[in-house]
Amino acid sequence: MKSLFKSVLEVALARGLQAIIVAIIVGIVSFLMMQALPGDAAYRIAAGRYGYDLMDSAAAEAVRLELGLDNPWFFQLWSWLGQLAQFDLGNSLVYGTPVIDNIVIQLGYSLLLAGCAIATSLLIAIPVGIITGLRPNGLLDQSTLGLSIFLRAIPAFALGIVLVMVFAVQLKLFPVAGFRGFESFILPSFTLGIGLAAVSNRVVRDAVSDAMSSNWQLFARTKGLSMRATLICHVIRNASLPVVTYLGVQLAYLIEGVVIVETVFAWPGIGHALVHAIFGRDIAMVQGTALTLGLLYVALNLCVDLACRSIDQRGGGI
Amino acid sequence: MFRSIRISLCLVLAILASKATAENNSPVTIVSPWEIASYDPAVSGFATQKLEIMENLVDADAKGTLRHSLATAWTVSNDGLVWEFMLREGVKFHDGSDFNAAAAVFSLTRSWNQPGVLKKAPIENILARNGKLIVQLKKPFTALPAFLAHASTIIIAKSAFTTEDKPSSFIGTGPFMVSAYTPPQSISLIRNEAYWGAKAHLKNVTYLAASRAETRALLAESGDADIVFTLDAPGYSHLKTVNKTETFAVPIPRVVVLKVNAGHSFFNDPRARQALSLAVPREGIARVITRFPETSANQLFPPALKNWHATDIEPLNTDIDAAKLLLAELGWVAGADGILTRGQERFSITLRTFPDRPELPLIATVLQSQWREVGIELEVSVGNYSEIPAGHQDGSLDVALYARNYGLTPDPIGSVLQDFGKGGGDWGAMGWENDQVVDVLKTISTTTDDELRKENIAMAVQILQQELPVIPVVWYQHTVAVNKKLRGVIIDPLQRSYGLSEMYWAD
Repeated sequence: MKSLFKSVLEVALARGLQAIIVAIIVGIVSFLMMQALPGDAAYRIAAGRYGYDLMDSAAAEAVRLELGLDNPWFFQLWSWLGQLAQFDLGNSLVYGTPVIDNIVIQLGYSLLLAGCAIATSLLIAIPVGIITGLRPNGLLDQSTLGLSIFLRAIPAFALGIVLVMVFAVQLKLFPVAGFRGFESFILPSFTLGIGLAAVSNRVVRDAVSDAMSSNWQLFARTKGLSMRATLICHVIRNASLPVVTYLGVQLAYLIEGVVIVETVFAWPGIGHALVHAIFGRDIAMVQGTALTLGLLYVALNLCVDLACRSIDQRGGGI
Repeated sequence: MFRSIRISLCLVLAILASKATAENNSPVTIVSPWEIASYDPAVSGFATQKLEIMENLVDADAKGTLRHSLATAWTVSNDGLVWEFMLREGVKFHDGSDFNAAAAVFSLTRSWNQPGVLKKAPIENILARNGKLIVQLKKPFTALPAFLAHASTIIIAKSAFTTEDKPSSFIGTGPFMVSAYTPPQSISLIRNEAYWGAKAHLKNVTYLAASRAETRALLAESGDADIVFTLDAPGYSHLKTVNKTETFAVPIPRVVVLKVNAGHSFFNDPRARQALSLAVPREGIARVITRFPETSANQLFPPALKNWHATDIEPLNTDIDAAKLLLAELGWVAGADGILTRGQERFSITLRTFPDRPELPLIATVLQSQWREVGIELEVSVGNYSEIPAGHQDGSLDVALYARNYGLTPDPIGSVLQDFGKGGGDWGAMGWENDQVVDVLKTISTTTDDELRKENIAMAVQILQQELPVIPVVWYQHTVAVNKKLRGVIIDPLQRSYGLSEMYWAD
């Protein structure tokens, strides 16, 4: 019990420290990147705020005065870091609303979408990976490899449109876009989930195939365990280690995919918000969103670490 | 046996009847590309006005004729400096608070202090007196009522603001009120049962912002959306073949124009601007890119602006040879690579445009190819639209391509004054000023004599056609797909309203 507590504490402390470093680095880097972009921020912010029918140089000057954009950059960065130390992400420069409010709403929708996409991908990847891993290089293995390459190569945007045309427009099974309830999750989750499963089924397949050709698997069978018992008690546990680790890596694809899928399905997510914030030079929103995504990455890595330690307890697991 | 058949038949009829009733009360879903990202009327007033959540003191019909809304009458003093607006009595905001002169002063003062149309009007003060709204001006300005019909001058309740003067909810006086808001994508509305005027037929409306044109077309095709605004050309053509939707293309007062830096040594002679205009293949662009051949802009103001569209003006046309001749008159000679030169100068310029309206970069590349034929080397820079006013201010702009809305207010004089008045404007003339036009526009904006106004408008239109400080390319069509079962749909060319309160489901 004591070693379990110690192990969790160790991981949590390491990741906590990482989170603080990530917060500071992401905040500073995103701020500097926004500063480095060409063009006048006051004009961009005024454009995002008032639209091009009403945006002009007078509006830009009003924005510059209101937001203190004439202040030196290090002054602006310092005041953001000061606010961050008080857990305040500031207000959106374009919309004037608190950044945290926007993130809470939009991150919620994105996390729901990402969660459903991962669940969809696992529902596809695990059975497909196990079946093909048990018979590597068979016909099924070769054909799923081809299909995986094909599906991974299709951009999420095109896949989304095709799924909408078939399942929403022709078969009328799901809504085209928007978020009216559970049925609204299915097509966007599938669009993302298929892309994720295209790679993760191969990871599962390799892990299962490696496990099946290992000495310990042979030992388990020799000592008299049935194939089913070997698979459940030994192979799946061993094979799940690289799969769980890979889930953490997939977050990057997920963030990229979410931006596109949110736009196609008119979804109010954080990816969509981040792209708009960059175009509108909404520095506070960009910093807040990038920071949230960075911390999410750390949190996910923490979960992956804890899950791996729980699966493989040899190094003082939990 | 017969009894069970009878019961089944009754059940089926009952289900059908309930379905028919349910359909009549079905919510209407509206889809457009524009997101509603803020409670602030300066940012999202365009949407809350169109969705009839908020109202103005002054309204306008589809032809731009002003009519009463929260103001029941207005008068101006003899010197044209004091406007009095009589306000409608018994009107309540959605939260039950009273609309009165103090509420109007609060809302309009806020609008006046922010970037928007009121800031451009010569306002001295806004105050309440004897239950009326008084607007005092620095100089006469006849378009004030038209400005009060603009989306940034909607009347919003004081209770919609926090103590720090930040808007935190949508509380207006309109026939619809907000029941749910998911920024920036969606807003749900319910009928305002306590509305001061005729109540809306529809009970529930949902607005969804879908930024991709493909998504919008698919929403219309699948029936998930009942009214879809702003379709791209392929989507519009496809939806014409879909049985359950009806498509409309309504001319609107938005024009794709080329802003030319007349202060640039290449363009300071009107003949150079005329040459550029002669090398614009308007008909081809209208036919192939925007796909409405009748929208080729042979003058600046489109037919949707009936008072400003001239029927007796010599139209702009395309003639490459004439363009070459004009440039030759100005001393330009074709170099070895076909690009014109004049002394040490090479006719190489940059055109700034932006991708928010997807047809603009396409038109820019057409111009690039066409102007190459007359010997002009054009580099196309597709960026953020704020680069255009920024380039105007720092003088770095050569040519810009954008869409200008002359129907922001029912009377376009506000935009015209801003664009072609003294010193030009960020979205209008650059390095060009014409004393006659300045005088004419002053008369148009101050006179109450309709005939005099008409004469001066004709004069201004004529000068702009000859001088071409901005070169018109194509007029816009507002494209809409509507569910055929929806009745009472009015497409407003001024884009001030979606006409929700007039809509109802066919039985």
